[in-house]
Amino acid sequence: MIRLFSVRLLQAILVMVAVTAIAFVMFRFVGDPVASMVREGATQAEKDAVRVALGLDKPVAMQFANFVGQVLTGDLGTSYRYQQPVTTLLLSRLPATLELVIVATVLALSLGIPLGVLCALKPNAFLSRLTQSATLVGISMPTFVTGLLLILIFAVNLRWLPSSGRGDLVDIGLWETGFLSLSGLKSLILPSITLALFQLTLIMRLVRSEMIDVLSSDYIRFAFARGLPRPYIYGRLALRNALMPVVTVTGLQIGQLIAFAIVTETVFQWPGMGLLFTNAVGYPDVPVLAAYLLFVGFLFVMINMIVDILYTFIDPRLRTR
Amino acid sequence: MKTSIKTLLAGIALLAPLSAPAFAETLRWASSGDVISYDPNAQVDSFTQSVHHMVFDPLVRRNKELKLEPALATSWEVVEPTRWRFKLRQGVKFHEGQAFNADDVVATIQRQIDPGARNRENLSTVVGVEKVDEYTVDLILRAPYPLLLNDLAAIYIMSKPWMAEHDALKPGNASTGVVTYASNHANGTGAFKLKAYEPDSRSVFEVNKDWWDKPQHNLDEVEFRPIASDATRVAALLSGEVDMIAPVPLQDVDRIAATDGLKVVENPSLRTIFFVFSYRPELHATPGQPNPLRDVRVRQALWHAIDGKTIQKRLMRGKSRTAGMLVAPAVTGYDEDIDVPLPYDVAKAKALLAEAGYPDGFKTGLACPNDRYIADEQICLAVASMWAQIGVQANVNVESKTTYFPRTDKGEFDVYLLGWASLPPMDGFSPLQALLATNDGTFGGSNADGLSNPDIDKLAYAAAGELDETKRVETLKEAFRITHDQVLYLPLHQQPVAWAMSSKVDMPQFPDEYVRPWFAQIKK
Amino acid sequence: MATQSLMRRLPPVSVMIASLVLLIMLILVIFAPLIAPMDPRDVASYSLMDMEIPPAFMEGGDPRFLLGTDNQGRDLVSVILFGLRISVVIGLGAVIFAAVLGVVFGLVAGFFGGMVDSIVMRVADIFVSFPTILVALLISGIARAQLSAETMLAWAPLVLIFSIAINEWVQYARTVRASTMVEIARDYVRAAKVIGLPAPRIMGRHILPNIMSSVMVIATINLAGAILTEATLSFLGAGMPPTYPSLGTLIRIGNQFLFSGLWWIAVMPATVLVILVLAVNVIGDYLRDHFNPKLMAR
Repeated sequence: MIRLFSVRLLQAILVMVAVTAIAFVMFRFVGDPVASMVREGATQAEKDAVRVALGLDKPVAMQFANFVGQVLTGDLGTSYRYQQPVTTLLLSRLPATLELVIVATVLALSLGIPLGVLCALKPNAFLSRLTQSATLVGISMPTFVTGLLLILIFAVNLRWLPSSGRGDLVDIGLWETGFLSLSGLKSLILPSITLALFQLTLIMRLVRSEMIDVLSSDYIRFAFARGLPRPYIYGRLALRNALMPVVTVTGLQIGQLIAFAIVTETVFQWPGMGLLFTNAVGYPDVPVLAAYLLFVGFLFVMINMIVDILYTFIDPRLRTR
Repeated sequence: MKTSIKTLLAGIALLAPLSAPAFAETLRWASSGDVISYDPNAQVDSFTQSVHHMVFDPLVRRNKELKLEPALATSWEVVEPTRWRFKLRQGVKFHEGQAFNADDVVATIQRQIDPGARNRENLSTVVGVEKVDEYTVDLILRAPYPLLLNDLAAIYIMSKPWMAEHDALKPGNASTGVVTYASNHANGTGAFKLKAYEPDSRSVFEVNKDWWDKPQHNLDEVEFRPIASDATRVAALLSGEVDMIAPVPLQDVDRIAATDGLKVVENPSLRTIFFVFSYRPELHATPGQPNPLRDVRVRQALWHAIDGKTIQKRLMRGKSRTAGMLVAPAVTGYDEDIDVPLPYDVAKAKALLAEAGYPDGFKTGLACPNDRYIADEQICLAVASMWAQIGVQANVNVESKTTYFPRTDKGEFDVYLLGWASLPPMDGFSPLQALLATNDGTFGGSNADGLSNPDIDKLAYAAAGELDETKRVETLKEAFRITHDQVLYLPLHQQPVAWAMSSKVDMPQFPDEYVRPWFAQIKK
Repeated sequence: MATQSLMRRLPPVSVMIASLVLLIMLILVIFAPLIAPMDPRDVASYSLMDMEIPPAFMEGGDPRFLLGTDNQGRDLVSVILFGLRISVVIGLGAVIFAAVLGVVFGLVAGFFGGMVDSIVMRVADIFVSFPTILVALLISGIARAQLSAETMLAWAPLVLIFSIAINEWVQYARTVRASTMVEIARDYVRAAKVIGLPAPRIMGRHILPNIMSSVMVIATINLAGAILTEATLSFLGAGMPPTYPSLGTLIRIGNQFLFSGLWWIAVMPATVLVILVLAVNVIGDYLRDHFNPKLMAR
């Protein structure tokens, strides 16, 4: 148990070191950090002073060590574009992205599970076939096309919902939320639907295939044979077992979703980390790019580790390995 | 709306949106760019500086007719040709309560001319500042300079005690590690206070009730939102999320004007759009061969090959003003005799090319931004197509302004599109000094492509110190005449300023494209 | 179950339609220069007099332009044909590049095991922790910053292929590695090892043929994703330039006119893109269910 834990931890650290190295290479070698910091037409002496101030005159290994030290203390440098610490920038954008991702996940789960169950139980029903075809169309639509379509219909033509931004925010201490105002909630609808569509298909298909698997297992057959009521079999026995992997995948997908929000946030001008990232790509604001990379890597490693550890607690067989 | 909610407890806030009355006159407007920073000296972005004017006052400002008038300075005199004395307004307070006096002006000017200031070119002739008494300061110039007031209209006065308190006496600069409290906070004397700044999202301003001047607006609050995408910005206006968008894409003008409750306001702007030529020995497109663009006949041919009327009528939808010189009519130095484009004449263009030794044309790069000027990308493609008719093969390169302008500075393009509004001074000296004069470290700051004409240089240096206005204007015109005859640059047009807004909003429009909410009225 | 297997003998109608659509599109792509009324790569053919003409079947349409013209006066049929061509070429290029990388690394990891295996799989872990779109944006952003304008123009398709493929090889590698480990335990492979056949030959002759079908299935499914990623990058302005537009670039351009009543400039290429991706997805879905139902279940 402890051995497994430490192996996982070691692997996680290795991945993080590699990601940090990539971030460092970007930080150090993409563009000229000095050129982006000094004023236009700076003299060589001024440039050299900046070079020394940034520690760029030291050997690369030592620069990397310094970089790792800075990352560990949460110092990810200063954004070229905003002239603000990158950590502050990322943290200030985190709530917007998290709220979007949470609402999208809830939407995807609350639609995906019932539809998946339906497709598994009644594969030939009209609604099931429709759902299956619809999801295929769904994953064939680029996110930006879906987003533009929704804006065209619900914002421009019907004028029901706002097309961009987060609406009015309420400061609840730790962050500013859009959940507590009408305009904030209305602003959430279109982007979260756009983002949810991506995940909905995945969840629906997973629920469907898991349900089909579980329904063909022996204990369900026994349950039928014993004459247990159908709602009980489907709801309590089958669905419960089918949901385990769904929860895992949903968890693992959150990291992906945060990154996938890049496109949605750009289309809806949603001021989250994704928009920060797209703007940084155009600039190019290298410290922000590097920090975002580190952040997504860290998130992924953490989620994976948590899932792994949870699994060992849930499934005793794994503990003996 | 935001204040009311923010001040309430979270629990009550749940109910607030259902009942929040629109008791405040809020102007919500959107533009394509964002405010890069609220530090007046940390950037060189003209849009950012235009928004700063809501929060800060300069010593002299432009009125509704764009004429200069006293603001924080009440009067001024030229003590010596290189020493100007300013009397300051008394009884003015900054937003956070500090009293305004000479110390603030001294600290602001010193910050502006600090070697670390990104926009110190905006006040390049000032070398020093001295406090005479509590409400008098002297500015020391490098040489006699006729346009000092024009320059000062863009220098925003900050509070010295505030800067000292927040360790912001030096301009924000990532390299020197100077704290940038001023980059996301602002404390000026202007008509509006900055209440919230959320980069990429919005800036919220509330009216400054203690403003020293009598307000000409009836706003309580202004909310600015950056929306980069043209379509999304239009959608925000159509769906009623914002009251005004500036600019409105030209292709949407007709539709918006025909929509109930919305109107479009448009005027020609000061911004002239033109092509810049490389004068380096070789073009990037054809290394190893002499640069054909150095021959005046080639440049004339390129101008003759451009069908300005079609561009004006189709691409610009009849809303631009075809130009023959680098400055617009409202700018000092304009001359309608010079402002004549070479006529569209393919045969003549071909003849000129043949005469110059390029009967089959030549290859060149042609670069445009795609998010800076109106229809910029389309202009480039259309011009490439027109030049193809005379055998000139232009490889079009289109990219975002964020990577485009650094490349123009480094001289990476052969021919490229540029806009010049001659702002802030609104004077022909601006392009003469920055674009036309040889890049010698003092002048020619935006002439990165090797243009060097001794006659122009002589005129530029003469105009720089000429205090006799009539003579100075003649000098400017002479320089523009040479520019036209030699086709040193290829002017296309002045692009229009087009804004779309709710019919309830009354917002005066200016050829310098600044949005000035302090002149705005919202009908109740 | 019985009915299902019966039905599986013939592909369903939807799959046949999708294959037909895809076939037609491939033919169009290959013969685009012959079919298209204009060549959008020839800027001399642009005419501002023809800009923004609605599709021929609408009022104000022009029989010369079946789907109308764009903001530059280009015939939409032509730009879409050439755009489709670029989208397909980049999609296929990315998939092939990723498959080759993945198969090689998967074979090597599975065949040699031990240290080699650990290293390859840890590297795979790192790649897989970043979504494709993120990596692709990052790489094309870096390329943009590092390369000059002229180089970027010429290299754009290759940069796109590389930046999409670099993240997609992991899936192939994992599948191939697993299959290789199964194959390697079989007697004939052991025998081949014993008689001293060189490793590349064993991999190429004996293992590769057995894993090709799963590779093909993954490739089909990934093709849809690669085309979408390219479209997204071009839509965000980090992909193909307007003089050499892919479908995504065309949608980006058309988007500016979406609310101006000039809907066809964006809607026409978007429709073609969705049909293309849908056709690939239908086929990929079928192949997955048919050959390897468990393959993508995770």
